[in-house]
Amino acid sequence: MTVNIIGLGRDIYKGLPTTLCAGCGHNSITNHLIKALYEYGVQPHMLAKMSGIGCSSKTPAYFVDQAHGFNGVHGRMPSAATGAKLANRELLVLGISGDGDTASIGLGQYAHMIRRNLDCIYMVENNGVYGLTKGQFSATADLGSTLKNGTVNEFAMIDVCGLAIELGATFVARSFSGDGKQLVPLIQAAIAHRGTAILDIISPCVTFNDHVGSTKSYAYVKEHELVANMPDFIRPREEITVDYEPGTVQTIELENGSHVLLRKVAADYDATSRIAALEAIHGARGKGEFLTGLLYVDADVPDLCAKERMTASPLKDLGEADLRISREDWAKLFG
Amino acid sequence: MHRVINDFTIRVATVNGSGSQSSNLVLTNAIFSLGVPVAPKNVFPSNIEGLPTWFDVRVTSKGYQCRTRDIDVLVGLNAATWRTDVASVKPGGVIVHEATYPVAGETLRDDVTYYAVPFNELAKANFSDGNLRKYLLNMIYVGVLAELLGIDEATIEAAIGKQFKSKLKAVATNMDAARIGFAYAREHLAKRDAFAIERMSGKTDGLLFMDGNRAAAFGCIMGGCTVVAWYPITPSSSLCENFISLAEKYRVNRETGEKNVAIVQAEDELAAIGMVLGAGWAGARSMTSTSGPGLSLMAEWAGYGYYAEVPAVIFDVQRAGPSTGLPTRTMQADVSFAYHLSHGDTKHIVLLPATVSDAYEMAMDAFDLADRFQTPVFVLSDLDLGMNSWITPPLAYPEKPFDRGKVLSADDLAKLESWGRYRDADHDGIPYRTLPGTNHASAGYFTRGTGHDEQARYSELPDVWERGLDRLTRKHDTARTVVPQPVVEESGHPVAILAYGTTHHAVVEARDLLEADGVPVDYLRLKALPLSPDVAAFIARHERVYVVEQNRDAQLFTLLRAELPNHLVSRIHSIRHYNGVPIDAHAIVDPLLAAEREPAVIAE
Repeated sequence: MTVNIIGLGRDIYKGLPTTLCAGCGHNSITNHLIKALYEYGVQPHMLAKMSGIGCSSKTPAYFVDQAHGFNGVHGRMPSAATGAKLANRELLVLGISGDGDTASIGLGQYAHMIRRNLDCIYMVENNGVYGLTKGQFSATADLGSTLKNGTVNEFAMIDVCGLAIELGATFVARSFSGDGKQLVPLIQAAIAHRGTAILDIISPCVTFNDHVGSTKSYAYVKEHELVANMPDFIRPREEITVDYEPGTVQTIELENGSHVLLRKVAADYDATSRIAALEAIHGARGKGEFLTGLLYVDADVPDLCAKERMTASPLKDLGEADLRISREDWAKLFG
Repeated sequence: MHRVINDFTIRVATVNGSGSQSSNLVLTNAIFSLGVPVAPKNVFPSNIEGLPTWFDVRVTSKGYQCRTRDIDVLVGLNAATWRTDVASVKPGGVIVHEATYPVAGETLRDDVTYYAVPFNELAKANFSDGNLRKYLLNMIYVGVLAELLGIDEATIEAAIGKQFKSKLKAVATNMDAARIGFAYAREHLAKRDAFAIERMSGKTDGLLFMDGNRAAAFGCIMGGCTVVAWYPITPSSSLCENFISLAEKYRVNRETGEKNVAIVQAEDELAAIGMVLGAGWAGARSMTSTSGPGLSLMAEWAGYGYYAEVPAVIFDVQRAGPSTGLPTRTMQADVSFAYHLSHGDTKHIVLLPATVSDAYEMAMDAFDLADRFQTPVFVLSDLDLGMNSWITPPLAYPEKPFDRGKVLSADDLAKLESWGRYRDADHDGIPYRTLPGTNHASAGYFTRGTGHDEQARYSELPDVWERGLDRLTRKHDTARTVVPQPVVEESGHPVAILAYGTTHHAVVEARDLLEADGVPVDYLRLKALPLSPDVAAFIARHERVYVVEQNRDAQLFTLLRAELPNHLVSRIHSIRHYNGVPIDAHAIVDPLLAAEREPAVIAE
């Protein structure tokens, strides 16, 4: 049997059979996620799969069956993820959300998780539409795009990547559910990043949002994707061999000594510049295009646990002797 | 002249933001230091500066801790409320006031004694710093009042020393101001009233002042709370603020600076309780504190915690509602809401602290109960308990270890053939859980608020759903005898009072008054929900039980009617108080006596 670097087979990373529609982009993302976790060698028992409510939020049941999952309430996954990480900072917290869960009901928690730089991976499976309630617009639907029944979206869209950068996010990437080559290394880089890693993944809804007039259909995305860079993930101590043209590769060292190598498709794209990233995102959108790749990264910002100067031991493991005021100090207070 | 020693109430009427808090506390501490029990009540506005505020110091030789309606000694330092303040004084009382306030017409009473003091003039003449002057003016009143009541300078000096601790300059300046008051009163005010403080013994030995929010913060520290997520709201903020200051002192490794705690000021109460549940799920003891409006926002997650069975501790320091209501006034109006918080069939464990000791001990209990029952536990304090200072015995060092409940480790799992997250293995309704990070192939499970079976698998089957709800009821029933049990004081009287929370203190005085009136009553103090079986048994032993509470809708009374056996329902009667200020004894005695003396009233 083929095993990964911690000796586990790929099957360990699988979950229950999906109950989403056949052809749903989310299922592709789940498969890429399984590959990324398997190749990275994530310990199943240290993974905390967090989600809110919606089609996307069901997907934690479909991978790493042995891991603990927490399918919370609509739009409030970031708070539960925050609590879980504070209780046990050794957990790998992986949040999976959708565009309704993130950009509408959960926008506040999304924003505050980012500004605290909670160490977690936050994936938005973004299809621009509410699936479980049968096809209403979400807040990430593009202005002027249409529903299946012809209704036109009259409202401005929320760009979860642009917003994240504005809020001080330390890792922001966008990809497409059908592009495993780009998505798998991005997920692995997100795992290695210490801080909030936002992955906005355009994921067409085959049932409610794959028609002409949708700007999140397979056809539209394939035609309008603008690639900023293609990442390679290099784990710690692995030799970095570069066979690309000099000047077209940006190397970024992540917290645990791993690297992400960005093969720049747009040669002048600089993933370490907040302003450049925002300009590129807005520029692409102005042309009706999706900019994909690792859009922005800053590996040097302390995460929430570090900012709070928390002890290295998981708080859940502390006992009476660690937590109670000593009898001696108590006597000074009340003696 | 008939003298009134150690049994009267002083009311200090000032403007919010005028810095009267220190002087009020100095006066309170000075009286207490003479061995005389006191019960201070701060009646303050929802405002930073400018609105009226009152500080009542009840001087009480019997040690009553409840509010009284009778104001005997007024210190009038607010022109805006001068007219109504004068009217509030009981006949025979005393009014010490700023000399420039008019004493004529409505404000001229012939049944009280006036002492006019030129406070502003004295402050202006003696203190050049305009900012400091307003604070020192208040300390002048302390000197005047002390001289009139017979408290000596040394006692005031000690109280000022305690108030300002190591700030020597502040001690000296404040004492100067107090001496100005003493001197003015000696030279200009001939004692013409009955009220005096005299040293007592045996009533305050070993007692200290503390507010319930600080006591609860101590309980959270000693109860092993490691994750706090909160959103500021009156009157609960000082609970978390006290926790923060205690954690800064006692949870920080002095060598490394590393903390055995995580505290997050959340973006709102939705996030606060979400963080608490996330932390509880991952195995930390976690809490949030809030008040009514915040509790409303927490409803959805509370139901999740109940159904997915996640430990959490939520302090609700109740204020006057509905809606924004009166943020700085007190009520017990969240009882039924908290008990049933969330949509669907939901019923929670609710603790009902009455005293500072309760606030401390129930905070510790709450973490044990949350872990034991794997559920959100609500501690329903109120503004009166949380923010007022009470005289209390010192908090006792906990002797019990934490009860972390039914948590399976990897070793436990290795010994088991199988386990199910929601299986009722012990027939007490309480299942076993595992924590994320447990290194065993069968440890993981999927926590969800959607329908699930004993193995935590999604299920929409009618039988599975009903079975789950029934097990949660079994768990709730198990809690009836595990939560803090009622305190019963019983001497075989046919009539009794049933109360909870801070209403207790008014019941204590009311029982003395009722006994003096020839209607002695037994007493059950409820300490928690779900109801202990002791409650129905107590009611069954009495002909009439008056349920006293501080809300309009008789919330506990209604809950009792729903849960008591039919033949006991007609024995309970409701007495309510809900004007936002703490309940006093007469709010109980008057309606109770009326009902007892006119049976027709009961029948209605």
